[in-house]
Amino acid sequence: MTETSGFLTSNGMAIDLTDLTIDKAHKHLKSRDFSAMELADAYLEVIEKKNPEINAYLEIYDDVKKQAQQAQEIFESKEENIVTGIPLAIKDNILIKGKQASAASKILEGYTATYTATAAHKLIEKGAVFLGRANMDEFAMGSSTETSAFGVTKNPRDLSRVPGGSSGGSAAAVAMGGALAALGSDTGGSIRQPASFCGCIGLKPTYGTVSRYGLMAMGSSLDVIGPITKTVADAEIIFKAICGKDKYDSTSISGSINAVSPKKEYIIGIPREILEIEGIDKDVKENFEASIKKFESLGFKTKEISLSNIAYALASYYILMPAEVSSNLARFDGVKYGLHKKGANLLEDYLNTRGEGFGVEARRRILLGTYVLSAGYYDAYYNKANDVRRLIADDFENVFKNVDIIITPTTPTPAFKIGEKVNDPLSMYLADIFTVTANIVGIPALSIPSGAVIREEKELPLGLQLMAPHRGEHSLFMVGSQFLGE
Amino acid sequence: MITRTDIEKLASLARIRLSEKEKSLFPEEINSVLGYVEQIKNADASNAKALQKETVYNVMREDINPDESGVHTKDIVDEFPKKEGNYLKVKNIL
Repeated sequence: MTETSGFLTSNGMAIDLTDLTIDKAHKHLKSRDFSAMELADAYLEVIEKKNPEINAYLEIYDDVKKQAQQAQEIFESKEENIVTGIPLAIKDNILIKGKQASAASKILEGYTATYTATAAHKLIEKGAVFLGRANMDEFAMGSSTETSAFGVTKNPRDLSRVPGGSSGGSAAAVAMGGALAALGSDTGGSIRQPASFCGCIGLKPTYGTVSRYGLMAMGSSLDVIGPITKTVADAEIIFKAICGKDKYDSTSISGSINAVSPKKEYIIGIPREILEIEGIDKDVKENFEASIKKFESLGFKTKEISLSNIAYALASYYILMPAEVSSNLARFDGVKYGLHKKGANLLEDYLNTRGEGFGVEARRRILLGTYVLSAGYYDAYYNKANDVRRLIADDFENVFKNVDIIITPTTPTPAFKIGEKVNDPLSMYLADIFTVTANIVGIPALSIPSGAVIREEKELPLGLQLMAPHRGEHSLFMVGSQFLGE
Repeated sequence: MITRTDIEKLASLARIRLSEKEKSLFPEEINSVLGYVEQIKNADASNAKALQKETVYNVMREDINPDESGVHTKDIVDEFPKKEGNYLKVKNIL
């Protein structure tokens, strides 16, 4: 996946970035095989080489060396944590005070954050090193990173294809070997889908387990911050570092991160009916069947299940999400921060600023949201979608009485070509068909690599999605790592 | 079906100036999305209210300043597009 680098440390030891994980890096840092500065330099060198073509990062921070030095000091004073000195990428919609954050939108170009997101703060205070901010679909709206105002990110596995989205830059940064792990955000699949397209691990935690403070809001009832990593163990490390109740986010929840206690055996539920949905690639179906067999050969029990309202999940998502988007993006008006375009009066200031600042997908979703919330349509769309949300949540609650994990493919197809879907919004939205449900229900979901398909002589990764009941992250880590043989 | 006139009305409600190209493309694109999401009308949600869990509640806090006055002022004022001293400068509203 990544290249072996020839980085020689002062000890004469080569840092092998290919096989490096957070745990391995931590051990090397602890035994002084290399320093946090040398580790950061190794990643900066990969970024310098690969980022001009891939465009995973929008900006490399100018204080990386300083951050790494501070991490090294933490090691010297023996107060290190597992994430101390670990080089990370951060999605461009998560704030770090004093650094730019634009959500890949022109309306926030040049905006400097005035406070730090809780998730980022928890990593920074433990000495993690943020290398730079990762590209994304504008305001996290998209499944390909093509709606970024600052150019598309390319999939490191095949440069003619998208890395997925909206956290496409985060996934590409990890896949190209330009970060050991990354933070992303997931509203309808924005962590899991790019992780799947790039061959990484992606965790969408239970709604509320990770504070949304300092994450630019898209769909407030759906959004959650989570990690994109190379291993399940790394995803667990980052998740544990960023989760917890936060007084700055009243929807954050407290409690044990092992709320669902470990089991001797996990029963895997298979909603085979969802494979009947139109537009699922034949190879994806075959790969899914192979994954089921693999679980069985590993000794897991599998069970056919039925989620009767799951067919309505994507439809209700594409009502609820734009409704929340149209409300959340009302704050970008050119008055208090960000882009300001002058007009003859205040109304024209708004029209000009939002007219020029927002890209086409943001405008499309704002209009769609304004429509479904407008008098006369509110009941038929928004209220009905909320009712359907309850039905789907109830279906999951019932099914989880009989199984511990529900599996689906992460995406209906492998990574598609750049430009293939960008002019057909509905076909782009269908890329989220398997992932939106976890956001609607608020449950945790993990995407893990499950194999590859060959397209035009390139090997493209496929992903398997594991879903667990609320607070069931531990089950996901247990089952995911067993599946991968970690 | 959403028409061009509807799109213009929505854009004005949402305070977004649209290009002529968008005014002619958006009706078709948004109608295709609405055509898809309309399938939720087929879902039988008659018992949805009964499924409502008591998970929604108000979160209250004391109405006090969480920070000392002025600690964030400079950072925030620096982001104002137009200012006069520590004041945000806006156009006349009336």
